[in-house]
Amino acid sequence: MVETVFAVSAVLILVGAVGVVLFRNPVHAALSLVLTLIGVAVLFVLNDAHFLAAVQVVVYAGAIVILFLFVIMLLGVDKAEKLRIEPIAGQRPLAVVIGAGLAAVLVTVVIIGADVLTGWRRQSGERALDGASTDIERIGRVLFGEFAFAVEITAALLTVAVVGAVILTRRTPRGEQ
Amino acid sequence: MDLGGLSVGWYLALSVALFTIGGVGLLVRRNPLVMFMCVELMLNAVNVAFVALGAGLNDVGGQIAVFFVLVVAATEVVIGLALVVAINRRRAGATADDLTLLKG
Repeated sequence: MVETVFAVSAVLILVGAVGVVLFRNPVHAALSLVLTLIGVAVLFVLNDAHFLAAVQVVVYAGAIVILFLFVIMLLGVDKAEKLRIEPIAGQRPLAVVIGAGLAAVLVTVVIIGADVLTGWRRQSGERALDGASTDIERIGRVLFGEFAFAVEITAALLTVAVVGAVILTRRTPRGEQ
Repeated sequence: MDLGGLSVGWYLALSVALFTIGGVGLLVRRNPLVMFMCVELMLNAVNVAFVALGAGLNDVGGQIAVFFVLVVAATEVVIGLALVVAINRRRAGATADDLTLLKG
């Protein structure tokens, strides 16, 4: 059962990801991204991260993709990109070579790291996942206990982002800078 | 480490594949919007690895990390799209290759 769910969502994720790279129309790429994000949410459910699965669907598949589509429509850049034109000579082959190298490095890290990771002991206590409380309760306790300072920094980051977005897109009178 | 009969290795393999596809897409595409989508793919690959390893180690810390990645991804998209809008207002239809204004 678990294997079937994993296999189906893995296929969804990879098909969506390849679609994002290969679709020439940005709107299609954004819709393909939704497929990947939903697949990742299914994997979260499979790992008993129900709260994160909900957040993934609401924030990513909802807000962020809508923001992408909104900007695509706003700018009218939804015409197909000409994938044939190659401004930098040899960019595509080089990109594929770099991608293969990246994959090789990552696979090596995973294989080497597997021994280290399985040597780690499982958590117990407040951060353990197999306690009586639900995952959202545990996340809340750890987030506002151990990581309270990081949450405060996050608040500052979000404020900076909002102010930055307003300043960047502000239209000054008379069309000057 | 087993997750209900499924090894963490499978999740890591999927994560590697997704990260690589995102990275290649980032290098290949020239539309800044699609490049942002490829960055999202790479962030999601890392999220999958975080949650799988967190479940394998019985640690809620993996989910906490994903939480912060989500916040950073949201701010990145907001600032990035604001930049795209600002650039397109001055130079319509610009791709990443056209933006050589800062070139010496």
